[in-house]
Amino acid sequence: MPNICENYDVVVVGAGHAGCEAALAAARLGLNTICFTVSCESIALMPCNPNIGGSSKGHLVREVDALGGEMGKNIDATFIQSKMLNKSKGPAVHSLRAQADKQEYTKRMRMVMENTDNLLVRQAEVTEIIVEDNVIKGVKTLSGAVYNAKAVILCTGVYLKAKCIHGEVSYATGPNGLQAANHLTQSLLDNGIEIQRFKTGTPARVDKRSIDFSKMAEQLGDEKIVPFSFTTDPDSIQKEQVSCWLTYTNEDTHKIIMDNIDRSPLYAGVIQGTGPRYCPSIEDKVMRFADKDRHQVFIEPEGLYTNEMYLGGMSSSLPEDVQYVMYRTVPGLENAKIVRNAYAIEYDCISAVQLKSSLEFKNISGLFAAGQFNGSSGYEEAAAQGIIAGINAAQFIKGEEPLVLDRSEAYIGVLIDDLVTKESTEPYRMMTSRAEYRLILRQDNADLRLTKYGYKVGLIDEERMQGVLEKERLIAEEVERVKHVNIGTTGIIQDIIRENGSTELTNGATLAELIKRPELSYDVLAPVDKHRPELRADVAEQVNINLKYEGYIERQMRQVEHFKKLENKIIPDAIDYLAISGLRKEAMQKLDKFKPRSIGQASRISGVSPADISVLLVYMEQFRRKDKESN
Amino acid sequence: MNNFIDDTIAAISTSTMTSGGISVIRLSGPKAIDIADKVFKSKRNILLSEVDSHTVHYGNIINPDIDEIIDEVLCIVMKAPNTYTRENVVEIDCHGGILVTRKVLEAVLKAGARPAEPGEFTKRAFLNGRIDLSQAEAVIDVINSKNEYALKSSVSQLDGKLSEKIRDIREILLKHVAYIEAALDDPEHISLENYVDNVLYDVDKCVDNVDKLLKTADNGRIMRDGIRTVILGKTNAGKSSLLNALAKEERAIVTDIEGTTRDVLEEQINLGGIVLNLIDTAGIRETEDYVESIGVEKAKKYAKDADLIIYVVDCSRPLDNNDDEIISIIKDKKVLVLLNKSDMEAVVTKEDISAHMDCKSVSISAKNRDGLDELEETVKDMFFTGKISFNEEVYITNARHKNLLNDALASLKLVKEGIESGMSEDFLTIDMMTAYEKLGLIIGEEVEDDLADKIFREFCMGK
Repeated sequence: MPNICENYDVVVVGAGHAGCEAALAAARLGLNTICFTVSCESIALMPCNPNIGGSSKGHLVREVDALGGEMGKNIDATFIQSKMLNKSKGPAVHSLRAQADKQEYTKRMRMVMENTDNLLVRQAEVTEIIVEDNVIKGVKTLSGAVYNAKAVILCTGVYLKAKCIHGEVSYATGPNGLQAANHLTQSLLDNGIEIQRFKTGTPARVDKRSIDFSKMAEQLGDEKIVPFSFTTDPDSIQKEQVSCWLTYTNEDTHKIIMDNIDRSPLYAGVIQGTGPRYCPSIEDKVMRFADKDRHQVFIEPEGLYTNEMYLGGMSSSLPEDVQYVMYRTVPGLENAKIVRNAYAIEYDCISAVQLKSSLEFKNISGLFAAGQFNGSSGYEEAAAQGIIAGINAAQFIKGEEPLVLDRSEAYIGVLIDDLVTKESTEPYRMMTSRAEYRLILRQDNADLRLTKYGYKVGLIDEERMQGVLEKERLIAEEVERVKHVNIGTTGIIQDIIRENGSTELTNGATLAELIKRPELSYDVLAPVDKHRPELRADVAEQVNINLKYEGYIERQMRQVEHFKKLENKIIPDAIDYLAISGLRKEAMQKLDKFKPRSIGQASRISGVSPADISVLLVYMEQFRRKDKESN
Repeated sequence: MNNFIDDTIAAISTSTMTSGGISVIRLSGPKAIDIADKVFKSKRNILLSEVDSHTVHYGNIINPDIDEIIDEVLCIVMKAPNTYTRENVVEIDCHGGILVTRKVLEAVLKAGARPAEPGEFTKRAFLNGRIDLSQAEAVIDVINSKNEYALKSSVSQLDGKLSEKIRDIREILLKHVAYIEAALDDPEHISLENYVDNVLYDVDKCVDNVDKLLKTADNGRIMRDGIRTVILGKTNAGKSSLLNALAKEERAIVTDIEGTTRDVLEEQINLGGIVLNLIDTAGIRETEDYVESIGVEKAKKYAKDADLIIYVVDCSRPLDNNDDEIISIIKDKKVLVLLNKSDMEAVVTKEDISAHMDCKSVSISAKNRDGLDELEETVKDMFFTGKISFNEEVYITNARHKNLLNDALASLKLVKEGIESGMSEDFLTIDMMTAYEKLGLIIGEEVEDDLADKIFREFCMGK
């Protein structure tokens, strides 16, 4: 029986947040791309929380945007509430978070995908990868159709052998009852890919009309909305916002959970997958934090099109009947009507230590992977890997060097480096504390850090690049100018100082010195700065941050310098760790398994000591000299 | 992480154990000469950065902080590339014995050098092409053997109480960092209101504690940087009396009742310029007494790691099962036998001992302090003829620890400064984490995912 056989440059398996970014990047870079999904209606689906961004995740969205990705633009066009978190803290931890209209979000992304040149969205289940001599050749679908490709990107999310569970009930489906992908795992195993099983969960959705909001605290969005994308004009997105609501669990809730804990599949041992500790189910919270008499519950709208409300903080896999009683103990939810049950979901994924920093498999050339399949969690983490996998599939086909961002350049770099160097037993979530150089990796300067890379690979156009270079120039000039503006002890400056609760000047000072005071800023000092040029708000913001935190930033820059030296010592692919007799056995095995890209990355692998690194350096030098001699 | 390859390193490159001889402190790296200039005052008032390569200069090493002369030295300046490491190298020859050598090294570290990692000079020599390719394996061996020794000494030489103190400080720091980071990660669940007051209170305490540890380090108690010398002998052979005789202070409990030395006691003594760390152990004999049997186990363990074993024999009593037991433990070690109680009638002679094992023996009376001079001469002799080997890595470890304590202290002070100048909490955790990491290096703990683990374990977060 003749089967369909088509040729593409790039095959993307999955159209979630990773798959969309990967497919868009590859197609926009001129490669003929096909993106498979089990359902065209579920492109960029948000099956769990109805928001994008948040602490450190907001950074990722900004970075994806600076590289030329879609996520930032998509949420800017479809948000219904927006908030900058940690605004009273330092700029490194400011984080943007927006509530999405889930349906609008999906619809818009689908439109973008379907209208991008070189990109075809195809509804079908991919069941096999085709590999010859450790080189990817394409994929096969359930119907037997073959799609030959030069590169394949796996973005299967939580769909591989997905199983949704609550109480004694389980379904072999993906989220929202979508079809699971039950065949691909076997093909991956057959090709030497190691698979592990992870678990995550989601709370119930209830009908808005059954909620008594008068018993809850209203959570408003910010008055002045800040966009995610550097290309979005802030003025164009100021709009009326929808509220979220805050309420709490109580001892009654906890009692019901405790009384029924033996019916929780997690505690009864039905669920074997490892769940994330940072996103615990309500039964986990109650069991693990028994001393807390209440937990917060955020009631968040799923969109303007629906009455469904998301019960943030109360994900669960308890049986339906327990869920009913449990949710109704919460003030405001006494009469709550559940639209969708809470459930836990188990799925197959990989440990990303099987990948290079480019997200290509170490042992299968041309096969890439991104998103939850790599053991991460979260829409933003997925998108961040997606765009990198898409770019690197294109680089691979074009015979160019992969784009690898390091830990001092981007949260994306931290994310991928952590994934490929650390064996994790739970889904990986981004956090600002994971970024050792976070003062430099701010969400406000993602464009200054990364636009150049997007430009270099071809996702960012000339005009946008020039804009960033111009911004850079303006900032540098203004910082320099401000350092040389002397302020005498005039009445105006003393007034400003008093008004802002700072101590009055006894001697003159430079404007830069004054900006360093915690009570003052570049903006409030405008009246004493007579020759200040007219600058855009984003430029002024950078000037303020650069001067205000100069000491801290410089210290991190010095650390980065050291870091870079080891990071730039690239380990040749041909190195055979098992032949380096001076390495301790554990180090030898770990290095052989992880095949680190650089000396820096090698030093982050647990079980590799500084002495092993010394031995490795000596060996590399030996290797280099021998290589030179033989040439 | 100390694997930077282009900074300037320093170490003592000859044995430090001779008080009369010359010690060499070697610096290597791009800033070697500049750093030496900060601590060296030439008699002719010239700067090392202005002299020719491969020249020797006479002058003083000074402590730049208080302008005090540490030692009179010769400084040899060798400029890249014709040096052992192919980097700028400065060698400081000083002759003031162990304390002065230590101070010179510390002055150099304070001036910007970093304590060398085990085998690092050799590593650099190789990486810079100074050592032939055929010797690569040998270079790797040097790194490994030195490292093994350094690891052993670094861990075993830290006394338990010190590690405990460092762990306590780290625990406090991690607690606060985890709280703050959890709150930053999940600001709607965890509040930081007034939290900084707790931080200030605890950081103040941490500063005091690290300060105290540094002072201990100055007194040379942080690490026992001498020849690890274990005193063994059956019960009541006079081990404690010997220790007291040598240490000239009554530290061990000396009685006539068998088995009264329950703890392993340690004392650092300077025997004719050679530093011995004397470890007195409970007498070895089979015992039913639980407390004492622990002491015996420890004695065996210490004997295993010792550089030198002093086996005290009660020459007034014949050798018995207990002696056989001891001899079986130590017969392949560097042993010096002391025939104690020479004031009493001897039933055990040097010949009796040499029939069992090949070693030197000396007759003494610990009680009357007779024969101590001969003991001193014998130890010196063993040391100079290389019978007792000692690795300078131990010494370096001490300097490294001190350096790390200083780094941690500096970071903690930055936390305080940050609080005082009103910086928000996310800045404070950066310096707290640095202090946490530096302290971790002292006790040999890697940072790994401590923080994320703690956050997830102790804070209830998220959706």
